[in-house]
Amino acid sequence: MDRKIRVVVAKPGLDGHDRGAKVIARAFRDAGMEVIYTGLRQTPEQIVNTAIQEDADAIGISILSGAHDYCFKTIINLLKEKHADDIIVFGGGVIPETDYPTLLGYGAGAIFGPGTPTSETIEWLEKAVAEKRAKEAK
Amino acid sequence: MFEPTQLQEVAEGKKAYEAAVEKVLTKGPERKANFTTGGGIPLKRTYTPEDVNGVDYAKDLGFPGVYPYTRGVQPTMYRGRFWTMRQYAGFATAEDSNKRYRYLLSQGTTGLSVAFDLPTQIGYDSDDPMAVGECGKVGVAIDSLADAEILFDGIPLDKVSTSMTINAPASILLAMYIAVAEKQGVPMNALAGTIQNDILKEYIARGTYIFPPKPSMRLITDIFDFCSRNIPKWNTISISGYHIREAGSTAIQEVAFTLADGIAYIEAAIKAGQDPNVFGKRLSFFFNAHNDFLEEVAKFRAARKVWAHIMKERFGVTNPSAQMLRFHTQTAGCTLTAQQAENNIVRVAIQTMAAVCGGTQSLHTNSLDEALALPTDKSVRIALRTQQIVAYESGITNVVDPLAGSYAIEALTKEIEEGALAYIKEIDDLGGMMAAIEKGYPQKHIQDAAYDYQKSIESEDRIIVGVNKFHIDEDMTERKLLKVDASVGENQIKKLREMKEKRDNVRVKTTLDAVREGAKGDANLMPLILDAVHAYATEGEICGVLREVFGEYKENVVL
Repeated sequence: MDRKIRVVVAKPGLDGHDRGAKVIARAFRDAGMEVIYTGLRQTPEQIVNTAIQEDADAIGISILSGAHDYCFKTIINLLKEKHADDIIVFGGGVIPETDYPTLLGYGAGAIFGPGTPTSETIEWLEKAVAEKRAKEAK
Repeated sequence: MFEPTQLQEVAEGKKAYEAAVEKVLTKGPERKANFTTGGGIPLKRTYTPEDVNGVDYAKDLGFPGVYPYTRGVQPTMYRGRFWTMRQYAGFATAEDSNKRYRYLLSQGTTGLSVAFDLPTQIGYDSDDPMAVGECGKVGVAIDSLADAEILFDGIPLDKVSTSMTINAPASILLAMYIAVAEKQGVPMNALAGTIQNDILKEYIARGTYIFPPKPSMRLITDIFDFCSRNIPKWNTISISGYHIREAGSTAIQEVAFTLADGIAYIEAAIKAGQDPNVFGKRLSFFFNAHNDFLEEVAKFRAARKVWAHIMKERFGVTNPSAQMLRFHTQTAGCTLTAQQAENNIVRVAIQTMAAVCGGTQSLHTNSLDEALALPTDKSVRIALRTQQIVAYESGITNVVDPLAGSYAIEALTKEIEEGALAYIKEIDDLGGMMAAIEKGYPQKHIQDAAYDYQKSIESEDRIIVGVNKFHIDEDMTERKLLKVDASVGENQIKKLREMKEKRDNVRVKTTLDAVREGAKGDANLMPLILDAVHAYATEGEICGVLREVFGEYKENVVL
């Protein structure tokens, strides 16, 4: 891949539990990606704007507050409104598996539950970005 | 602790033992080349009297209830009465949470512990744009005294002690508690409980800060002063290592950063003219209980000892009850797995035993489904039963500080003490904990430890049963989880608007103006906030006024 993968790691809403976000951000960085970590208390608008300004390939949402339905839906809709829905959205945190289909239905690429090895997320993201870039090159 | 001749015998015996080990090792290696505690302290194969040779019984241990309190803060500990069984709970509306509290009390909890939702913790009313999607999710939504009245309806506040996990807006929620008690006819001096009120760990590890450090410290010392005068049984702060550990710190860092936060609070209160012999009695602590049983037991013992030293030597505190470290424990949420969640019951049981062997005063046991959602009635009951089984059936509670004298426990206690003191010295050299936080010092150390922990799982150097070993295919969608209905937010907003129409809005304005003026000056803010709460001013309105004067904290992101 010519250009490094650029990924925004985002903490939406008021949730302050950022251990997972910071661990995955460092794992992405160690895997050779360019990582933009938003810090806490970001609104969906702020996250989407950051991703567009940073020309990111993907947004990784870390959320443990139970507000995942609202956050995923709003972020994905905003990306559509701004014609930036080529940006991949994925996430993880404390999210019950019964909610995965709903989030995937909104257009999320994948949800990674507790205990997922960082290597699995990295592999998935590398593949998803490669596919996205191949599609764009056509 | 031992006679020279005895130590001589041990040294000789050890030679023979080591020869035997060599022989065994030629047949096959041990499971690992290096063994460490969960927090990375190197472990010897076995411990002997040589490892505790430097321990001075009278100076380092003493007796339970006696300085330096290594062996516990009370002479009889659980032979007198068990720890307070206090399950952290709260979700959705005040009505729903009140129902859960009554359920828990009926099942044998002995104290309440209120979990507030994030808007409440960060000073936003339920109708604030920042609160969208968050109302009632990780705790109960409390906007005004009207909600607090429902939350504690029918719960006798003169008999039950209540812990409230509230930090930045602690004064407001304490004021609401006082006001509810008044309505029940309970005077403030009869109230017992704890507010977390620990802002420094919010900047380090938990994220529910509102104001910058300086005014935050003032709010805290105002509470110390107000409570010392009016609510003598109230624990005015719960200095919390729990979240530092959940954010990924090691056991040594948990002790070090928590006690360093404690030092900062004491210095701030002394600077405000208060006497540590007085407010020191009402400082309480909050620790995590992780899986590494030996390390955790040693951690609690070391923390008590180091704190007693700090109070006596550093601050010249002479009142014994102001030298004691009293603490609440919660089992480690971050050790729970979504995979084969039933196994979490066993993890929680081990952690419970560690907390009890370590001499906790109060305990929350996590529920088996917490890696997935908030606990159901059933899962929280199992968690409570775990405490009750340890209390009534295990026999651990019949001897005070039962693991004392174990060579390994005493050696580890000493190591944790020394490790924590080394960090505290570095923090002192940086100019104290507030300066260290601004420089990102504790944050960086915690994140490095968290990343190392994750890497050790992925390399399978650390085994998590059911996750990186012994896994099975399971359908996790079949599990029954607690769901907070989306209508909770809408209903809460409707209730809030109705309340605002009914109240005396002139009185609200007058009391809010008084809070604003008070914040600009240096009056104790507690009585002013109490007036505003009585007038049914909302939490968001009171915090809004304080935000105008104090400003808001912006996170210093450290990666």
